[in-house]
Amino acid sequence: MTQDSRLLLDVRDLTVRFPTSDGVVQAVSNVSFTLSRGETLGVVGESGSGKSVSNLAIMGLLNRNRANIAGEVEFNGRDLLTLPPNELRHIRGKDIAMVFQDPFACLHPMYRVGDQIAEAVLAHSNEGKDHARKRAVEMLGHVGIPNAKARARDYPHQYSGGMRQRAMIAMALVHNPSILIADEPTTALDVTVQAQILELIEEVKREFDIGVILVTHDLGVVAETANSVMVMYAGRVMEYGPAAQIFAQPQHPYAWGLLDSMPTIERRLSSLVPIEGSPPSLLNPPTGCPFHPRCVYQFAPCATERPPLVAPVPEAHPDACHLPWEKKVELGAKRAVAAIVGEDAA
Amino acid sequence: MSTPNGAPTEPAVADAEFGSADNLVELEHLTKRFQVRQGVFARGKSEVHAVEDVSLTVRRGETLGIVGESGCGKSTTARLILRLLDPTSGAIRFEGQDISRLSQRQLRPLRREMQMIFQDPYSSLNPRKTVGQIVGSPFVIHGERRAKTRVQELLETVGLSPEHYNRYPHEFSGGQRQRIGVARALALSPKLIICDEPVSALDVSIQAQVLNLLRNLQRDFNLTYVFISHDLSVIRQIADRIAVMYLGHVVELGESESIYESPKHPYTAALLSAVPRATTGHRERIMLTGDVPSPIAPPPACIFHTRCPRFHQGHCDVDAPPLRELEPGHAAACHYPLEKWPMTDDEIRQAEGALRADKPSLEGATQEA
Amino acid sequence: MFFYILRRLFWMLIVVACVIGITFIVFYLLPAGDPALRFAGKNPTPAELELIRHRLGLDQAWYVQFGKFIKTFFTGDQYGWPGLGYTFAGGSSVLDLIAARAPRTIFLIIGASTLWLSFGVAIGIISAVKRRTVVDRGAMGFALFGISAPVFWLGLMLLYIFWRQLGWTGGTGYVSPTESITGFFSHMILPWTALAMLYAAFYARMTRNNLLETLGEDYIRTARAKGLTERQVIFKHGLRASLTPIVTMFGLDIALLVGGAVITESVFNIQGLGYLAINSALTQDLPTVVGVVLVAAVAVAVANLVVDILYAFIDPRVRYA
Repeated sequence: MTQDSRLLLDVRDLTVRFPTSDGVVQAVSNVSFTLSRGETLGVVGESGSGKSVSNLAIMGLLNRNRANIAGEVEFNGRDLLTLPPNELRHIRGKDIAMVFQDPFACLHPMYRVGDQIAEAVLAHSNEGKDHARKRAVEMLGHVGIPNAKARARDYPHQYSGGMRQRAMIAMALVHNPSILIADEPTTALDVTVQAQILELIEEVKREFDIGVILVTHDLGVVAETANSVMVMYAGRVMEYGPAAQIFAQPQHPYAWGLLDSMPTIERRLSSLVPIEGSPPSLLNPPTGCPFHPRCVYQFAPCATERPPLVAPVPEAHPDACHLPWEKKVELGAKRAVAAIVGEDAA
Repeated sequence: MSTPNGAPTEPAVADAEFGSADNLVELEHLTKRFQVRQGVFARGKSEVHAVEDVSLTVRRGETLGIVGESGCGKSTTARLILRLLDPTSGAIRFEGQDISRLSQRQLRPLRREMQMIFQDPYSSLNPRKTVGQIVGSPFVIHGERRAKTRVQELLETVGLSPEHYNRYPHEFSGGQRQRIGVARALALSPKLIICDEPVSALDVSIQAQVLNLLRNLQRDFNLTYVFISHDLSVIRQIADRIAVMYLGHVVELGESESIYESPKHPYTAALLSAVPRATTGHRERIMLTGDVPSPIAPPPACIFHTRCPRFHQGHCDVDAPPLRELEPGHAAACHYPLEKWPMTDDEIRQAEGALRADKPSLEGATQEA
Repeated sequence: MFFYILRRLFWMLIVVACVIGITFIVFYLLPAGDPALRFAGKNPTPAELELIRHRLGLDQAWYVQFGKFIKTFFTGDQYGWPGLGYTFAGGSSVLDLIAARAPRTIFLIIGASTLWLSFGVAIGIISAVKRRTVVDRGAMGFALFGISAPVFWLGLMLLYIFWRQLGWTGGTGYVSPTESITGFFSHMILPWTALAMLYAAFYARMTRNNLLETLGEDYIRTARAKGLTERQVIFKHGLRASLTPIVTMFGLDIALLVGGAVITESVFNIQGLGYLAINSALTQDLPTVVGVVLVAAVAVAVANLVVDILYAFIDPRVRYA
């Protein structure tokens, strides 16, 4: 998929466990993916899928005393998971930056926005406060905040939701990071603002030639912005491949279920087809395939053998499902996104 | 409804429909303003124009969807219908009876007829009460015996097991908690249920479950819904008619299919085009610039003119467009409603039609996003 | 801002007037015997009693006395401004009496509050950062001790250990700093500690809880994601947000001690305002009681106002509502 010189991040078998008094929470299990410059990786999943925890682990934002993290996260020739906290801190906010979901709560309410961005500048440079402030104003203007100089002196509560998220993005970009991780950046925003923010992230990606990991539960967002897609469920990867392929030929029953059950704006359906049941407990995940209790197509091996993440045929993308390839083709074709505009969903 | 320069007003769309026995709820020129004090030290008071001059009807057995972004007044409108708030002016009628000025005591018997389902399944259920107590509380409140069998029937109706009677809310998932809320709303066999973003806090795969449940219940129990949401995809799946709200005003009102297939108001068009879709390939999108103006100082005349790609100086910022029926069953409050759909950004900016009074001047009204 | 303060001052006057009024009513209605009796000397005749009563103004209704008090308060009396009258006991000026006693209480409060604020908050921070470790549990155990130990017991224990047995500090009584600085400190260190212990414990707990809650907020995660050091995260981001309730409490706690540090003042025989208040109440020396109550009420009201204004400066959200 990528040339080596453009490869930014190589995650292999990332596993996160939280020991609690009730047992071990298997938050993330064997997640592997890569990210290159100019690529937007869309990570899709519902609550409990592990999509946020994986990224927190990559950034080193999980408390190492309370989480067991295994696997390899290779960035710039080094494994981030083995770095001492001090070195990781130099990468965080500088080479890899993260933007979170709720801009209302993500900025400190008692400090001015410009000062908070300047603080990000000063965290990784020695250039002095004036330089930091100028850079903050410059970035605010860059992300489309009008009157940046004046607005930098405002407090977060004087900004609207969209502006706060822009400020967060500005803050993330001050050191020209190679990777931007956006964890549900638009979920808490109105839909017209959402469109603006997604456009901004896309522009930023092109302009700075960075890699973006976009975490969301919204398949529509992924379809419009992602180059590659990773579908997660119960802490594991269910399907992973180029966006165009995943939407033209989805291969995993969970992906089919998502596409079927998502309320669509295209047409009113006579009835929606939900995925019955609820997401599984991460304390005692199901044996075999984690999705099998809710899967309409489950058969003999699903309850006992965990399906490996592997491409069923060389020209397809990897998925974690036991179903034979022909079945996947048949059922996937029915849900291909192009088909939604035509007839009723299966 | 009057324009700032005192010009005579056109009758609002809903006027023609008022008084029909088909209408369960009628809202006529409903306005709600909240007083706020600006800051700890300031002495001035300002008003938040939460709902301005809203006229709507809700017909028996239908689902009216109210859609809009945050701050548009949809939740406030819902609370006004239920008289959880007092209107500043205007009328609210339920089954022909004017309830706008009734006291809380007089409203009590009416509360059996109208109920609400809330957005957050985690905070709308009392964590200290069992499911049985929660679903049974409407009976107790209205002086009936809390029949255990009745409650268990209700639990079954919403897809839960009757054995859940003695469990506590924290033992359930978000989707199940929402079902408990639905059961509670159904307890006294109401006529009207207001659903305030009931699926917004749920996972996508669970949303469909709850939406299906709501649709089935409507069919089985002859319910009328007012369904509030910011999610246009969800609204499309459940609403028969839709009201689009912006900054406290209804900007478009009509049959659901008609609005989705051919929106008339530029704001509706922008909303529709902003929704991300699971279609790959390029799509025309109308980008609105800037942010929603403050409801404390709403723009004069047309409420949307500060962000509208079709803004005509001298007209849109002077005369407030009334909510007027453009096609049977489809009304919009716009001087230059869209002629067709879909339209590209450029097409939208060029307003055609007999309404155009003079050459459009778009200076300063639009910028590239 | 200016009008806000003006309004608050106006309401403050009303509140203080109500407090004084209630004090008058309580004393007038208190069936504790005739105050004139106490001050009339041994075996007074009824005529003498009447004379005393008249001289003290007790033969008038409470509202008349109240009215007179308000008048002399604003216009001043022979002892100066504000006119607080003279004591029943010896006819001395209430104003002078309060002026003489007040510094002791003020020094007591300043010293104790410095101790409790620095130790309490520091312990709270350490506790929060080292949550659930031995250090944390030890600190919270200390807090439990501090809150449970009665101040008089604590005071007496401290006196016994550090003065009686070890001879490290001075004993009871008050030495003015103008007389002897070392004497001042050696006599005040124990009362400061006794008084501070209780509050330090409260503040440690409060700081710990607030800080823990704040550290769970999203903006802390953002701060870490920016690459700030943990120290910057805790002190610059965490502490700033969690200190606001502490500031509020601090202002009020100090104000309440103005007339209220009774136990400490008694145990250590520091004849401050609290001591004065109790004694005059017991002897029904109404003018003195009213004088102390007035000072205390004004202190609380002013503290309230200062804290509210400070709060608006610390938390910009409040400023712009």
